[in-house]
Amino acid sequence: MSAVAAPAKRRSGMSERARAENRLGQKLVAPAIVLMLLVTAFPMLRAIYLSTFDYALTAPEERQFIGLSNYLTALTDPLFWQTTGVTVLYMVVTVTIELVIGFIFAMVMHRVVFARGVIRTSILVPYGIITVVSGFAWQFAFSFQNGFVNGWLPFVGDDFNWFGQTGSAVVAIMVSEIWKTTPFMSLLLLAGLAQVSDDMIEAAKVDGATWTQRLTKVILPNMRAAIMVAVLFRALDAYRIFDNIFVMTSGAVRTESISFLTYRQTIEQFQLGMGSALSVLLFLSVLVVAFLIVRLFRVDLAQARQG
Amino acid sequence: MMKNRVGTIIGCLLILVWCLLPVAWIISLSFKSEAAITNGSPGFFPADGGGAGWDNYVAVWDNEQFRRAIFNSIGISLIATLLSVIVATLAAYAIARLEFRGKKAVLTIALAIAMFPVVSLVGPLFDMWRAIGLYDTWPGLIIPYMSFTLPLAIWTLSAFFREIPWELEQAAQVDGATSWQAFRKVIVPLAAPGVFTAAILTFFFAWNDFVFGISLTSTENARPIPASLSFFVGADPFNRPASLLAAGAVIATIPIIVIVLIFQRKIVAGLTSGAVKG
Repeated sequence: MSAVAAPAKRRSGMSERARAENRLGQKLVAPAIVLMLLVTAFPMLRAIYLSTFDYALTAPEERQFIGLSNYLTALTDPLFWQTTGVTVLYMVVTVTIELVIGFIFAMVMHRVVFARGVIRTSILVPYGIITVVSGFAWQFAFSFQNGFVNGWLPFVGDDFNWFGQTGSAVVAIMVSEIWKTTPFMSLLLLAGLAQVSDDMIEAAKVDGATWTQRLTKVILPNMRAAIMVAVLFRALDAYRIFDNIFVMTSGAVRTESISFLTYRQTIEQFQLGMGSALSVLLFLSVLVVAFLIVRLFRVDLAQARQG
Repeated sequence: MMKNRVGTIIGCLLILVWCLLPVAWIISLSFKSEAAITNGSPGFFPADGGGAGWDNYVAVWDNEQFRRAIFNSIGISLIATLLSVIVATLAAYAIARLEFRGKKAVLTIALAIAMFPVVSLVGPLFDMWRAIGLYDTWPGLIIPYMSFTLPLAIWTLSAFFREIPWELEQAAQVDGATSWQAFRKVIVPLAAPGVFTAAILTFFFAWNDFVFGISLTSTENARPIPASLSFFVGADPFNRPASLLAAGAVIATIPIIVIVLIFQRKIVAGLTSGAVKG
């Protein structure tokens, strides 16, 4: 199709065929665009607007324009940087562990011939379970009053309070997060793994490639699109970690993420101006993360048609 | 070969333990009595005399708000999934297959929205929804769920669509089929596994949502189950009715298991073996 359209495009604008394709494409994406912008564009602009005011819902008549002061206040506050640091820690640790375990799970699911249904059904269970429920389950599991973790771990005392200090509380939150989202990773990776042709792997084997070579030279490069989608979405999701923190610690002992800080400012303390500024900062930092990941994997979704 | 099989079996056991242990734990917890929880009952299983039978389940099910929340969650999530997957399939097809102006813009918008921190939309959306009467209604949650699941659905589907052997479509067109016929008769069956994967991802997003659930509802009219569970707990995170909550969590998980069982077959049929290899 493109072989026909390409030369015509170069000479006299677009051919009839290319114009029809253009119209069809735009028609097909229109509903998605409208829906996505409806709920985000206006609130996003409003958040930017509100972020320039000193504005609390408790005292709406005292609202006044203060320019970029909210941003200055936030960026010079150590709390902002501390929560950002914890958030990055949550993201890097959970996504790395999930990628490794998720890939192992995907390999197992790809190979297994017996009890396929049982394995695939159970892998969907943690994924389907509500994050709030996962948070409760692990909070109670780590509880020294009613949990089992202290009894099972030999190097932890029976009355150890996991939620008493930052380090162990962060570990508990990460465990809940990793448990719940690794299946998501493995499902996306499994879909990618299924697209790697067996013939190619077989050919590499015949040519004498070792298992490691087959993995790094054949399987992984051919799965790059799937890996990128999985990592991108999980990383961005992990950066916005909220539910588990809400349920397990309510942000106590410095486990607060930047989303949680924003939520606290907006919803609990009614500081709409400062909350909006934090939202904008959160969005910008998320943009940076996304940019870095896309760069790292060097995949252009729009160009992938040629690939 | 033998080594491979042993590895696979160990892997399978690992997956099963990983997935089911915490579920077994929350079920076990739901059978501990309230008295045992208050006095502290460490250990995986209820201690002798510390069991509650079905008491916790009866107590939770008798709660009208809890029942409404389950109903709301099922209805809202199913409608949002259906609509979102239809819209996303059209868009993903265009992105994977067609050359048109604005393709980059679509992907950029999808990416921006997939990244958007949900928490920051809550304040403005709260105002908007109250102004136009969507606050505390089903559509008030369905619309944001659709918007926020579309990027993931579009990306997943276009990744799938790009791997489909599109020569078949051209072959069908050579054989006299119109573009639409080629799409419906050849491509749709090939794309079905990807569509089901997208549907599962979408459904679980909607079922999982917490931030919109606590912010855009105020009564049992539309309040979904995660929000309801968290309100059921009360404000103090250090003094929770653990066993009651566990019973509620188990009930909330049953619909998921049912839906997983229904969708799972379709995935197994299509996801791994590939549509063409058969």
